[in-house]
Amino acid sequence: MVWSRRDFLKIAVASTGVGIIGGTQVDKLLGLGRKPEDKPVYVPTVCEMCFWRCGVIAKVVNGKVVKLDGHPEHPQSRGKLCARGHGGIGLLYDPDRLKHPLIRVGERGEGKFKKASWDEAFNYVAEKMLKIKETYGPEAMALFTHGTISTYFVHLLWAYGSPNLGMPSYALCRGARDIAFKLTFGSPVGNPERVDLKNSKVIVLIGFHIGENAHNSMCQEFTEALGNGATVIVVDPRFSTVASKAKYWLPIKPATDLALLLAWINVIINEGLYDKEYVAKYTVGFEKLAEAVKEYTPQWAEKETEIPAGLIIETARIMGKNKPSVVIHPGRHTAWYEDNTQRIRAIAILTALLGAYGRPGGIYLPPKNPLTGYDLSDFCGVPYPEHQKPEINKGPYPFTEEEGVIPEIIKATLTENPYPIKGWLITGTNLIKSTPNQRDTIEAIKKLDLVVTVDMMPFDHVLYADVVLPECTYLERYDDIFEVKERSIGLALRQPVVNPMYDTKPGWWIAKELGIRLGLKDYFPYQDFEDYLKAKCQVLGISFEELKQKGYIEIPDTANPYLDGTSEVKFKTPSGKIELYSKQLEEAGFPPIPQYTKHEEPPQGYFRLLYGRVPVHTFSRTTNNPSLWELMKENAAWVNAKVAKKLGLKNGDYVVLVNQDGVKSNRVKIKVTERIRPDCVYVPHGFGSFSPMLKRAYLNGADDQQLITRYAVDPVSGSVGMRVNFVKIEKA
Amino acid sequence: MPRYVMVIDVEKCIGCMACVIACKKENGVADGYFRTRVVEEARGEFPYLRMELRSELCNHCEIAPCIDACPTRASHRAKDGTVQIDHKKCIGCKACILACPYDARYIRPDGTADKCTFCQHRIKEGKKPACVETCLGKSRIFGDLDDPESDVAKLLKRYEAAVRLEWAGTKPRVFYINKKFPGGF
Repeated sequence: MVWSRRDFLKIAVASTGVGIIGGTQVDKLLGLGRKPEDKPVYVPTVCEMCFWRCGVIAKVVNGKVVKLDGHPEHPQSRGKLCARGHGGIGLLYDPDRLKHPLIRVGERGEGKFKKASWDEAFNYVAEKMLKIKETYGPEAMALFTHGTISTYFVHLLWAYGSPNLGMPSYALCRGARDIAFKLTFGSPVGNPERVDLKNSKVIVLIGFHIGENAHNSMCQEFTEALGNGATVIVVDPRFSTVASKAKYWLPIKPATDLALLLAWINVIINEGLYDKEYVAKYTVGFEKLAEAVKEYTPQWAEKETEIPAGLIIETARIMGKNKPSVVIHPGRHTAWYEDNTQRIRAIAILTALLGAYGRPGGIYLPPKNPLTGYDLSDFCGVPYPEHQKPEINKGPYPFTEEEGVIPEIIKATLTENPYPIKGWLITGTNLIKSTPNQRDTIEAIKKLDLVVTVDMMPFDHVLYADVVLPECTYLERYDDIFEVKERSIGLALRQPVVNPMYDTKPGWWIAKELGIRLGLKDYFPYQDFEDYLKAKCQVLGISFEELKQKGYIEIPDTANPYLDGTSEVKFKTPSGKIELYSKQLEEAGFPPIPQYTKHEEPPQGYFRLLYGRVPVHTFSRTTNNPSLWELMKENAAWVNAKVAKKLGLKNGDYVVLVNQDGVKSNRVKIKVTERIRPDCVYVPHGFGSFSPMLKRAYLNGADDQQLITRYAVDPVSGSVGMRVNFVKIEKA
Repeated sequence: MPRYVMVIDVEKCIGCMACVIACKKENGVADGYFRTRVVEEARGEFPYLRMELRSELCNHCEIAPCIDACPTRASHRAKDGTVQIDHKKCIGCKACILACPYDARYIRPDGTADKCTFCQHRIKEGKKPACVETCLGKSRIFGDLDDPESDVAKLLKRYEAAVRLEWAGTKPRVFYINKKFPGGF
């Protein structure tokens, strides 16, 4: 639905009266202007310690947040929070927070700034951005962004006239997965992933570390399935936490997962274990698939993967016998190698063969969504200007989405090809720590006329900024209403639990004020965000006051989890069917059915560098959080016990990792363990910050990303493969 | 007197540490201290491995050596059957810390002994302890063992349970169910 700006303004004006009442209520909730009292106040809001965005109930005593609990109604929290969610208080009260706007006085990277007013900072940025637009065109501005703040800054970037947007969550994370599922089923697998774990009889995890990535509702459903006796199959070179819960742990040779998947498909087809009715009714290309996977026998796969053929067959049979209640988790961070999309395509194909898509215990269907199109751009009612130059952010990859490929923007900045990029806005992402080849990133920064960062903490990339704009934390601000797409659709509100500390501001305000100074006032037709939220609620047909009070409202009758088996189903693919054989891929010049390719192996004396998550940290963003830092202060590099013995290293010794390009890590403890194959080294991601403004995180542990100087690019989706680096171990 | 116990379903613990920090925030535990922890114990040689994730906390023992060791009666059995510390009476002599075989106690910054209270203040309000409430795996289960309808009573009836350091003779009220390795890990 689209409505005119006048309609919106009418609604906004009409709801002003309510606004005053609302404001007073917030004051009351916050205990503002009143004497301290001990009676706790409970305010519902939404977490942003990671992108899962669980519902939260904040307990506030005397204007101070003392406890965060899971919102019982919100489907992603269900009354519980993970460690990071509970640790949100640590972010709010972290003394190292960015407290006021800063303007650089030293060289980029030195981290020398002077305190500035918001006006000074905005004027500085606006002047440079207008000059860039005039000299090079608006396309010369790029935006790197992650988290809720993206809502406002993508809007600002598009209003300014540039398409060059890069979200690490696409090419550096789940992009390949989403593209593979779209190619196969017509829809991405969703966020949260639409895996029906609680009803699954068999759960297959390929390098997916439940427990170590502690996504709340997913963990809850996984353990529910465990309690119900589900069989868990974990494929991982490392005996991860979840491998310890598995009946089958397949310690696969890294980079060979596609071989295993193709062999599983081979067995499922050969032994007739697939869902024949489902395949006939809903899919296309089965015959060609059966022909193509003939060569991928379990015996062949054993040589590639080092998983015994018998075990490949046994696990395939378990999936076949329990169909369709089988989840082969499509993963999330799937940016591993050059063939990411094809690897996830194999997962999608296997899912379809088992009849598990749209069936209980498999992958449930997207909810019916009556709410599409209700966002900032609809509200402002002014179309975005068309850009005059081609998008750099999509690279030459035919299936890339607008969330973009970050390394393409960095490359273009370095080479000025196909045209110069002269300014970077970096919002809510630690670009240095999330992007491969840090040297390229830092070199590219040197070529820029303007670097602006909006963040809460002085992360590594902040050192390189010309202007630093301090955003308040999620506990201090409103954000746009979240559409929660779980089994049903719901709406969740993030509202301030306490007033912003220091001279910090909400992201929506920063984008709006900057927009006004860039002459883009029409794109931000509201004074206060409450006006916008109220108007939006009115259009959505819900009460803003009710949403504030409840924090989460489910939209009735939106659940549609399973195929009912009777009605005609059209998948959003060109054929309207599940595409086992992808014509779209064929037409773009790629294998229509996944083919196995070998990847380079570590040279003598080197190990493949693997990385992952720990349950108490979210990327690099929480390593300085006082509450979470206390739980884990530094990371440790996992090394196989026999390898350590050969190298003369003991558990807890400090070592340095040196990669194939001679890049040395910060010193890092080693964890000598049987829980990893001898041919790889594993390092939890996000540690070893080199920003001295982060007093706790500074140089604690090793930064895996620093060692990822090389990357492969998946030619289908632009997904970046980062498990292609090798390290040797030296004594520190 | 109720008999509050915690049953820990080891199979369902995924080591996410939500309990550890929920406890800290709920109880305002000072920096550098924890009242509960998750211990990760792996056995075997690659690739033949097994691992247990084990939540540990005060066992609120039936025969509590910490109470016996306390010269001031600061450590005591409360009316609800849990083992508690009266901080006004505690002189920080550390006798209880030496007496406790489970490393469940510490001296907090004000010099008095401290430990898990089973979230006594929450039990009073009819709530579960904070660590139980937030457990993503529903691995921690809490209740009154004397109530045959409670989850804990049903679980302990159905499954063989282990306690930590049974030989210490303390009769702990924290029970571990490990369906894979029922005899103990």
